[in-house]
Amino acid sequence: MLALISTILAELTGDGEAGLRAIGGGLGYGLAAIGPGLGIGILVGNAITAMARQPESAAVARTTMFLGIAFTEAIALIGFVVFILLAP
Amino acid sequence: MGVFAVEFPPVSHLFDWPDFLFTDTPVALNKTGLIYIVALLLTAGLFWAAGRRRALVPTGAQSVAEAGVEFVENSIIMQTIGPDGRRFLPFLTTLFFFVFFSNIFGVIPFIQFPANSRMAMPMTLALVVWAIYHVVGIKSQGLLQYFRASLFPPGVPKFLYVLVAPIELIQIMLIRPLSLAVRLWANMVAGHLLLVTFAILSASLWGVGYLPAVLPFVALILLTAFEIFVSALQAFVFTILTAVYIGGALHPEH
Repeated sequence: MLALISTILAELTGDGEAGLRAIGGGLGYGLAAIGPGLGIGILVGNAITAMARQPESAAVARTTMFLGIAFTEAIALIGFVVFILLAP
Repeated sequence: MGVFAVEFPPVSHLFDWPDFLFTDTPVALNKTGLIYIVALLLTAGLFWAAGRRRALVPTGAQSVAEAGVEFVENSIIMQTIGPDGRRFLPFLTTLFFFVFFSNIFGVIPFIQFPANSRMAMPMTLALVVWAIYHVVGIKSQGLLQYFRASLFPPGVPKFLYVLVAPIELIQIMLIRPLSLAVRLWANMVAGHLLLVTFAILSASLWGVGYLPAVLPFVALILLTAFEIFVSALQAFVFTILTAVYIGGALHPEH
């Protein structure tokens, strides 16, 4: 599969390696964003449930939510960094 | 590099600025450095102006500074460290405002460069935070107890410590400062790239005819508003994570 893509890219661009790097970077970022995307969705959804059930503890829930988002987001950002490092 | 047949500058052109002052000396200054100096002066000036005349009913700089201090105290320190974390209030407030001011230059017209999209300052700040939470932990618990509490968290089955202790060691020594720096830096790079992409798209489509340029231009305005939000949020996240790390070093789990 990769060899096929590489051949096609080499035909199209005349430079198979740059094309593969671009595809690798794009795929890497896309794949790295799936997990954190799901994670942040679940996290914020549950935080909203907590805030709606107990509005008096909304401040604590919000702070903890931002903390959780920061930790989850870091994984997606590492994918983004790899994407920049691989960019030709 | 062409994207949608639009000429897009190489990424390095967007973040590399030539030195324009004291060129070829160790103190050469470029746009990034200048923004940091301005952000530093803004932070210092804000609190200097706020503390100069202490009015009972705060106005102007004083009300901004008081709102900032109150915000850091109530929603960051009280939620993460507790009442004995008040002695970190000056450090955390300064950190918050400095990171915010150096981020917000990404949307200020004619400057439009978030200084934290260069790795140097996020890394420096992260190393300062790294040193501070280790020193705080060692001073409050003692060297041995600090590492014992961090590497061997309670409530884990004994045989799992073989796995947990090295992970925790890498976590407090490497992953925490690295992720702290990368989080701030990558968010600013991503935001800047997004704004540049839509600005170039609008400008190129403007040449074709002004109607197709409307959509990317509206997106550009909305993204600018989003970037203002992200600047404040990243400053908040950086500060709250610092507070969490300091809190973890001060009060180990029992």
